[in-house]
Amino acid sequence: MNVVAKTETGRAVGDGFALVRDRLPGGGKIADLRREAFEAYERAGLPHRRIEDWKYTDLRALMREVLPLAPRPDAAALSRAAAATKPQLIGGVRRLVLVDGVFAPSLSDLGNLEKGLTIRPLRELLDAGDSALSTQAFAFDNSNPMIALNGAMATDGVVIEVADGTVLAQPLQIIHVASGGAPAAMFTRSLLRLGRDAGATLVESHLAADVATAYQTYNALVVSIGDNARFEHVRLVEDAFDAFNISSVNVSLGAHAHYSTFGLTSGAGVSRYQMTVTFAGEGSRVETNGVNLLNGKQHADTTLFMDHAVPNCASREAFRAVVDDRARSVFQGRIIVRPDAQKTDAKMMTRALLLSDEAEADNKPELEIFADDVTCGHGATTGALDESLLFYLRARGLPEKEAEALLIQAFVGEAIEQIANDALREVAIATAQRWLEARV
Amino acid sequence: MPAVQETVERVRRIDVDQYRYGFETLIESDKAPKGLSEDTVRFISAKKNEPAWMLEWRLEAFRRWLTMTEPTWARVNYPKIDYQDIYYYAAPKPKKTLSSIDEIDPEILKTYEKLGIPLREVAILEGVEPPPGGEPSANRKIAVDAVFDSVSVATTFQKELKKAGVIFMPISEAIREHPELVQKYLGSVVPTSDNYFATLNSAVFSDGSFVYVPPGVRCPMELSTYFRINERNTGQFERTLIIADKGSYVSYLEGCTAPQRDENQLHAAVVELVALDDAEIKYSTVQNWYPGNSEGKGGIYNFVTKRGDCRGKNSKISWTQVETGSAITWKYPSCILRGDNSSGEFYSIAISNGYQQVDSGTKMIHLGKNTSSRIISKGIAAGKSQNTYRGLVSAHRKATGARNYTACDSLLIGDKCGAHTVPYVEAKNSSATFEHEATTSKISEDVLFYCIQRGLSQEEAVGLVVNGFVKDVLQQLPMEFAVEAQKLISISLEGSVG
Repeated sequence: MNVVAKTETGRAVGDGFALVRDRLPGGGKIADLRREAFEAYERAGLPHRRIEDWKYTDLRALMREVLPLAPRPDAAALSRAAAATKPQLIGGVRRLVLVDGVFAPSLSDLGNLEKGLTIRPLRELLDAGDSALSTQAFAFDNSNPMIALNGAMATDGVVIEVADGTVLAQPLQIIHVASGGAPAAMFTRSLLRLGRDAGATLVESHLAADVATAYQTYNALVVSIGDNARFEHVRLVEDAFDAFNISSVNVSLGAHAHYSTFGLTSGAGVSRYQMTVTFAGEGSRVETNGVNLLNGKQHADTTLFMDHAVPNCASREAFRAVVDDRARSVFQGRIIVRPDAQKTDAKMMTRALLLSDEAEADNKPELEIFADDVTCGHGATTGALDESLLFYLRARGLPEKEAEALLIQAFVGEAIEQIANDALREVAIATAQRWLEARV
Repeated sequence: MPAVQETVERVRRIDVDQYRYGFETLIESDKAPKGLSEDTVRFISAKKNEPAWMLEWRLEAFRRWLTMTEPTWARVNYPKIDYQDIYYYAAPKPKKTLSSIDEIDPEILKTYEKLGIPLREVAILEGVEPPPGGEPSANRKIAVDAVFDSVSVATTFQKELKKAGVIFMPISEAIREHPELVQKYLGSVVPTSDNYFATLNSAVFSDGSFVYVPPGVRCPMELSTYFRINERNTGQFERTLIIADKGSYVSYLEGCTAPQRDENQLHAAVVELVALDDAEIKYSTVQNWYPGNSEGKGGIYNFVTKRGDCRGKNSKISWTQVETGSAITWKYPSCILRGDNSSGEFYSIAISNGYQQVDSGTKMIHLGKNTSSRIISKGIAAGKSQNTYRGLVSAHRKATGARNYTACDSLLIGDKCGAHTVPYVEAKNSSATFEHEATTSKISEDVLFYCIQRGLSQEEAVGLVVNGFVKDVLQQLPMEFAVEAQKLISISLEGSVG
């Protein structure tokens, strides 16, 4: 095995960086930013449960191995990756594929770009020398150690620009595939910049070749949404069941912008999705919906941070978890309303459905309010399937598992229905359906 | 809106000046040398004529405390406390051994009179009218344990309670007279190693109340302890232990005040409740420690550990608190629902003004089967204060059928304050049903307009809305306290319209 070290994981991550730093793309300013990011990571170390933000996801306990950086995919890896993406094809979308953390032009669709759309691999951008764009991609908040680590190590990604006034008709899809070489770690960082009055739809998929096991994927996405722009974002995590997925997204919105996002996690052994949304202009609106479908020993953590920094914005967060077997679902939501952010309208709801006696759901919906003329609310519920509803269905002849499936479908359906794009909604419904069928 | 803001500022100043309990009693007192060491612990233990096991218990806690660090997770900011700059023991100098209430230092009697606390065995507290038709009935009596700085100065109705079999006495006496009960239960709910402030308390606590209600007894009257900090540079570390034996019931009230001073004084109490099978304890607090002045100078640092253990089946513990005082409040009255079918309740109103910082809430830990809990919390922030609700609801693997309902609401008055909600909801059992809801808002203009249109003044209208908002909690207070609490709420919110 290509394992660098066991247990002493925090330390070993540092050694890993020293080993590869000269091979990482980007010189000049980027090299400085990488070093800063790495130093920030080194100061904090691997997050553990005594750090409030990581209370329920103790990486010191969950992360047993540090893996070497994945090698550039060879032809065999690319063909395994191609085979893995095939069943997941979504009609009518433009595919951008990252295999083992490296952009794969042969699997991606870069032809006939719509007017106003630019797509470049991050590596190409970095190799071309410093630019405002490359700096923006690395201008992430290093106070989160895992984001800092990603900044230090990121090898590739996709940089997408949508010009002012361009509304893309075709959705974009970034596919992260693990090709299944020796267990390895992959680090990607992508950037999406939407100009004024622009519009785009992006789906991010995380999947793996059948032979891929025990890999680690660390991803970051920086999104800036211009004034009056609209962005729809769907995220599907179907990583291998022993894989490790830590992904972060940082979104900033201009004035009168609209961002709606939906995430479905049914794969990965340990996953953490951390999202920060900052309102930088007035009159904007954000809707975030998420569903976790977990079984076995999966551990999935969704941590959302909604920063109402300016007045007159609205946000809605709705999160649902279905937890079976010995799985654990974590939701941490934090809404902060800054002192001058009057007329903020923020609501957050998290609901968990526990299907087994050993399942666990931890919810922490937090409000931090510094302005008085606001409406903020949050709710959290946890419970089992409603006995009387189950009885009703069974009395009508449905077998127990099917009756359960029907109720679960209704439970997650409410969140999935929020996806505006028809094709993507169908994909999410199909993914949930597969999970339910596997259960029956 | 400069004019309105001015009004708010002016009223807020009056508001803090309205602290009615800020006077100081001039009295000679007997103090331990300043600072904290094993000698301080031995001094306190010796003052109390404690048995050897008690001293050992304290020393063990002290040694552990030395290895601990002060917690920083709460949303409160304060300059570092110098634990060596505090007197850990201060007691009014006794003139001679007391045989009756009349021999208590008249200065102290006067103090309690001013505070409206009856040390003579009068039937009712100030502010409560006797029921129409004459004599107050027996169940309206209140027994009071008065704790002045580090010692209990008087405990009333002890004889009458004794007849019913209820033990109600200062804990320092209980350690000597009922060692078997104290040894069995002290530290069994809040262990000496629990947290920084509880460990400190275990080492240096000087007095507090002890209550034991024997099986099947319904305590014939309300019990109450009134805490008063008087001496300068003194910390108050009291310890309360209440045990409700099988099938018993007791209602206990607690009140606190302190003089107005520029320095910050530390109050680190521990309260332990134990409810055995079918027993019920109702614990109510009206906390009105000195909150500091309008500039945020002075005030009590209130770091309190309160925990109830529903140890027996079908037991019930109910916490009700009205928090208006203290510069800093760090307090989480909790219930451990260990017995099957046990239930816990937490009703709280926390009002912050000036520069007060409140970080308060509860923990409901469901361990037994079919346990239930209910949390109603209302936070009102005004002035430049920060008001945080922090609460945990957890169900463990075996807590089949656990139920919780939480509602926490915050109201902001003015735009310089903050209201925060930090709930932790952890379920490890599929049959646990937890519901949590919270809202933050300011008083709706529509509602105010409606009231004003019907002839109420702006202030009356706000008063009406706020009282409606906190009604759920006030209803849970015993009659005697409800009156007091109503008064407190009107003090804190008067003129807060902005």
